[in-house]
Amino acid sequence: MSLAEISTEQDAYNFAYLDEQTKRMIRRAILKGIAIPGYQVPFAAREMPMPYGWGTGGVQVTASILGPDDTLKVIDQGSDDTTNAVAIRNFFAVTSGVEMTMKTSEASVIQTRHRIPEEELTEDQTLIYQVPIPEPLRFLEPRETETRKMHALSEYGLMHVKLYEDIATHGHIATTYAYPVMVEGRYVMDPSPTPKFDNPKMHKNRALQLFGAGREKRIYALPPFTDVVSLDFEDHPFQIQEWPDTCCAMCGAKDVYFDEVILDNEGSRMFVCSDSDYCETRQADGHYGEMHAEYKERIQ
Amino acid sequence: MYVAVKGGEKAIKNAHKLFAAKRRGNANVPGLTTAQIVEQLSFVVDRVMGEGSLFDRELAAIAIRQAQGDLIEAIFLIRAYRTTLPRFGYSTPIQTDEMLISRRISATFKDLPGGQILGPTFDYSHRLIDFGYDSEEAAEAPEQSELIEASTPRVTDMLGDQGMMEPDPQSAEGEEVGDLTRAPLDFPADRDLRLQNLARGDEGFLLALGYSTQRGYARTHPFAGEIRMGEVEVEFFAEELGFEVPLGKISVTECQMINQFQGSEEAPPQFTRGYGLVFGHAERKAMSMALVDRALRWEELGEELTAPAQDQEFVLSHSDNIQATGFVEHLKLPHYVDFQAELDLIRTMSEEFWAERNDEPTTKMGAAE
Repeated sequence: MSLAEISTEQDAYNFAYLDEQTKRMIRRAILKGIAIPGYQVPFAAREMPMPYGWGTGGVQVTASILGPDDTLKVIDQGSDDTTNAVAIRNFFAVTSGVEMTMKTSEASVIQTRHRIPEEELTEDQTLIYQVPIPEPLRFLEPRETETRKMHALSEYGLMHVKLYEDIATHGHIATTYAYPVMVEGRYVMDPSPTPKFDNPKMHKNRALQLFGAGREKRIYALPPFTDVVSLDFEDHPFQIQEWPDTCCAMCGAKDVYFDEVILDNEGSRMFVCSDSDYCETRQADGHYGEMHAEYKERIQ
Repeated sequence: MYVAVKGGEKAIKNAHKLFAAKRRGNANVPGLTTAQIVEQLSFVVDRVMGEGSLFDRELAAIAIRQAQGDLIEAIFLIRAYRTTLPRFGYSTPIQTDEMLISRRISATFKDLPGGQILGPTFDYSHRLIDFGYDSEEAAEAPEQSELIEASTPRVTDMLGDQGMMEPDPQSAEGEEVGDLTRAPLDFPADRDLRLQNLARGDEGFLLALGYSTQRGYARTHPFAGEIRMGEVEVEFFAEELGFEVPLGKISVTECQMINQFQGSEEAPPQFTRGYGLVFGHAERKAMSMALVDRALRWEELGEELTAPAQDQEFVLSHSDNIQATGFVEHLKLPHYVDFQAELDLIRTMSEEFWAERNDEPTTKMGAAE
């Protein structure tokens, strides 16, 4: 099958938008990132036809690795149908013509913002994160010249002091998303603004995980089976978010990340899976939560 | 019953339709032509070309119309287009002393070789709204002098001849000029990259920073040594031919700030310089750029770092309005996963706060738990 046949791209643009030279430059950065897990590789990010901060890094990584045989899934906040996920999916539908899916298991490439799918990924899949601020030390030290030195010397004391001060002041580590991780015992890495709930999924994941930050011009990577450990203390071990006694109102799932939905002006609430594909798959398999129509029928 | 939010795709399509309708406005009013924008709104065209980093008036006008006059959006359209264009090389440096001058003023000399040429300017005009302006009426033909073909030396070169002015820095033979659109900016950045960054930078941001240096945040004692605006030839050295080929003319505004400098450990007392160069007619931007360029040179001149305008990581990382607007406006994207994570933490901490005080919260959110 030739490129022209499978692609609905406009003639003015190359397959998946970026020109091949640019893709090559980005692939080099990706390979370097894979060779040094957790290290932020500078790359000459291009201006993309969507705004900086709206996924230009992830889009460039996706565009660079996408081939005609790939199947792409795009999620934002865990869902395929959020506005920005729709916009990015349309971008690749128009410029690459590759097959699109909403099913996690069917995708060979998944671009995500803020979530990791609940379903376990496989070695045949690549997960691409959109990253706003790739530097985990940025809010402790705003200067790039300083933070690069700190990474070079593995000087992460400042980060531990910050976490310690959180505990001393609040009794908790007051970081709930973009929770810093240590990669292969060498680089402290920003997992992108995923909730810390998702951090354990990064550890020894079978899929290749790539991170693209367009505005900040950085790429980093976690090859399959990489050690990814959330920073903590012996007496204050890392903990993920928990919703005790809560099930998804639609599919009844427990131990997933929930969206809290406000239902009326009185502020009554319900919880549903943040991962929309996971939730729908469970419903299709006959799992129902208490707000699901089938559940109510079953009760009757 | 709750149904998961669907239909994002349809909503986006409709939003785009609404936007297109808003762009056209009342269909009974004649549509705006790009020629009207190019001819009658030259300053916005120049700004979009400068910050969009692409010299093409027609394209800038199309972008301005498409963006409904939102200049940052128009600049963004130009940048996104520019990045797809193939590069076949870099031009040789433009020679601004060979400029076909439309306007040239110096605030440091009453008269000087080449003369003061006011040219088209709204300086000295009274800012009174012209209620009687007839847009259809042709403007009175201005008197014009003979075309001056001779080159006009820059003020800074005249002072330089007397050893009063720091010389122009010369790059080493074969040294390549950096290009931040091809390689990520690395700190500390040299002056070539700093100037490139400033030339593409947001006019408002540079104006504010330049202004801050005048108010004492890294005071640089500036004089407008020279501002010149006009057309210059762009030439390209063609390897195959072995000589320079003219590609065309562009208009630029150049500002040479002259800054009094009392000397330091590193440099003798002399006049130092700040430099600004921008596409089109953009004096405010060129002057601001020159002020900021000079402030950024603190280290090389042995000055102290005391103010934001001197801090290159601060200035260069935040000058680009396309990056800035993208990141500021991305806050419109859904963040409910992160917000949920924060909500969870704040609830826990709030409960602990009130438990410690044996008290009840008064806010509804806390009470609902």
